[in-house]
Amino acid sequence: MRGTGAAETSASPPPGGEERGVGRSPPDEREEKMDIHEYQAKEILARFGVPVPRGGLAYSPEQAGYRARELGGNAWVVKAQIHSGGRGAAGGVKLCRDENEVASFAATLFGKQLVTKQTDANGKGVYRLWVEAASDIAREMYLGFVLDRKSERIMIVASAHGGMEIEDLAETDPDSLRRMTVDPAVGLSEFQARELAFQLGLKGGQIAQMVTILKACYRAYRDLDAVMVEINPLVITGAGDLVALDAKMSFDTNALFRQPQVAELRDRSQEDPRESTAGDHGLAYVGLDGDIGCIINGAGLAMASMDMIKLAGGEPANFLDIGGGASPERVVRAFRTVLADPNVSVILVNIFAGINRCDWVAEGVVKAYQEVGLTIPVVVRLAGTNVEEGRRIIDTSGLPLISADTLAEAAAKAVAARPRKAA
Amino acid sequence: MAILITKATRVIVQGMSGRIGAFHAADMIKHGTNVVGGVTPGRGGETHLDRPLFNTVREAVEATGAEASLVFVPPPFAADAIMEAADAGIRTAVCVTDGIPSQDMMKVKRFLKRYPEERKMRLVGPNCAGVISPGQGFMGIMPPHIYMPGRIGIVGRSGTLGYEAASQMKALGIGVSTSVGIGGDPINGSSFKDILELFEADPDTDAVMMIGEIGGPQEAEAAAYAQAHMTKPVVAYIAGLSAPKGRKMGHAGAIISAFGESAQEKVEILEAAGITVAPNPSAMGETMARVLARQKAA
Repeated sequence: MRGTGAAETSASPPPGGEERGVGRSPPDEREEKMDIHEYQAKEILARFGVPVPRGGLAYSPEQAGYRARELGGNAWVVKAQIHSGGRGAAGGVKLCRDENEVASFAATLFGKQLVTKQTDANGKGVYRLWVEAASDIAREMYLGFVLDRKSERIMIVASAHGGMEIEDLAETDPDSLRRMTVDPAVGLSEFQARELAFQLGLKGGQIAQMVTILKACYRAYRDLDAVMVEINPLVITGAGDLVALDAKMSFDTNALFRQPQVAELRDRSQEDPRESTAGDHGLAYVGLDGDIGCIINGAGLAMASMDMIKLAGGEPANFLDIGGGASPERVVRAFRTVLADPNVSVILVNIFAGINRCDWVAEGVVKAYQEVGLTIPVVVRLAGTNVEEGRRIIDTSGLPLISADTLAEAAAKAVAARPRKAA
Repeated sequence: MAILITKATRVIVQGMSGRIGAFHAADMIKHGTNVVGGVTPGRGGETHLDRPLFNTVREAVEATGAEASLVFVPPPFAADAIMEAADAGIRTAVCVTDGIPSQDMMKVKRFLKRYPEERKMRLVGPNCAGVISPGQGFMGIMPPHIYMPGRIGIVGRSGTLGYEAASQMKALGIGVSTSVGIGGDPINGSSFKDILELFEADPDTDAVMMIGEIGGPQEAEAAAYAQAHMTKPVVAYIAGLSAPKGRKMGHAGAIISAFGESAQEKVEILEAAGITVAPNPSAMGETMARVLARQKAA
């Protein structure tokens, strides 16, 4: 049973809000939660009653051209489907005027690693395209739903100005941001939705349309255990109607057990393979740029150990939390995960066991030596539950392990154990 | 008399007959915790660890006078178990469970507000190591032998960093009145401020060690409270100095997504409020020792 590892383990999602002067905004793009593609978010939101442009999915340039013909009209927007914002600026979105242009633009995108300002330097692979009938845009607005940590409720963030990233909006035009929280016992009230619609300067029939959209997004968020819904831009067309031109949704991974249809939308091609493989084995792993590999229990102690390495003059290669009740096998898996990073030149194992057992961890370290064929130095610091037995296993193993008693000593020894770089 | 749990506190364990629940309940009993029973729906009438099992928390409260509950229930059912405890009149619930959906916690927090102040339940956690008053009793998963009884309160999000602080202080001969893990989730039952209030009012606590981390608004709120209302010194450490923005560091709440949420910004906010911040995680104990010595001299 996962769920009682508690303090020493941890898995998953939700956000925090941005607070800058007046404002809070939706969470950062890259935090841990389950993201889905734009087209999937649009399909979900449409099901709840949000108007979206007509479009079709393509897995090849030919199919993209066919989708354009199928949709009809004389202008289409071709959009790379990756789990990142900032696609337009990165060349992943284009307005095309004929079917050939659709197909040829699609041909340049498929298989490409699209680097946006929200991805890392490797970018994200483009394997699906969304071809959409172009919309006539009179005005762009912003609409987001997030979990607000201060009020501990779902918060709606809206702005009469959309299109740009909410972080930029919070910088450049903080006064335009409107916020309201929803009482979970009552849900979103009509009057709240109306109030927001008027605040955004909407008129006539747009008020009722906005109320419908707000309630639909709220229901989708609540019913599907989302942690973020964002429509940016929400546009007013030339004809005066509201349409969701772009959509993003992220979900609470802790709630996927009761959202099987959401869980199916996971796209592993958009994940860092090391992080998702580690996650499959109960390890919370985040790759970083340094050379000291970290194997630690507890997120707090892991962060603190990384801080300590930095203060000692080193750079951590990763964050890794082995979780609670870690078996020797899970410890071996942790070694494999850390060693998959070619930059790692020394490993620091720092365990303060409560729900863990030092003897199991020590067995895991010894096993890792035997099975993985370690050639780099390993510093081991053990404390807490069964520490004597753990230390005995380390000390009698006959392996060239470097023991440390305290956190400071462990970090200093790890930094000192790094091989000198050739000049 | 410490906070949240003393020798006298009558404790039940929700989920006591489960494998992990039973293991930790046995450890709690071994270390003197006054465990009066357990709750496992469908197992009422049986005994486990020489303690009676009940079908509902209400029956357990009626039969044993239990005031506190440790919730050891898997994530899909944990929120319901917490609400059951609140409705049955439990005063303090500690939830260790990791992985409760955030909307469940939203509901729990709203539910707890239904009750009038005099019978409102205090929730600690979820996703926490628990609460220990060394030498008296504990509710949670911590290794009790690393704590020395004494007069310093500890409150932290991270379980293992709380252990680290307690053992550094023990090495310097500084003991603990109560150590509280508030948990690593974005929505938790008790905030830093809530626990600081308890320590400020506790005659057996002289100072508080507060262990925060990146992400969320609670350290800043605690800093403002400490500056305005606390007479006892607070020493703090904030984990995550080396954490990059936008990447979640294990705890669901540990992500820098806003101004004021990075470790450096939190350190500045705390120092501006007159709180002494340990420069690194190895210096938590010595920083506390220094602050105590300064206070003694004054």
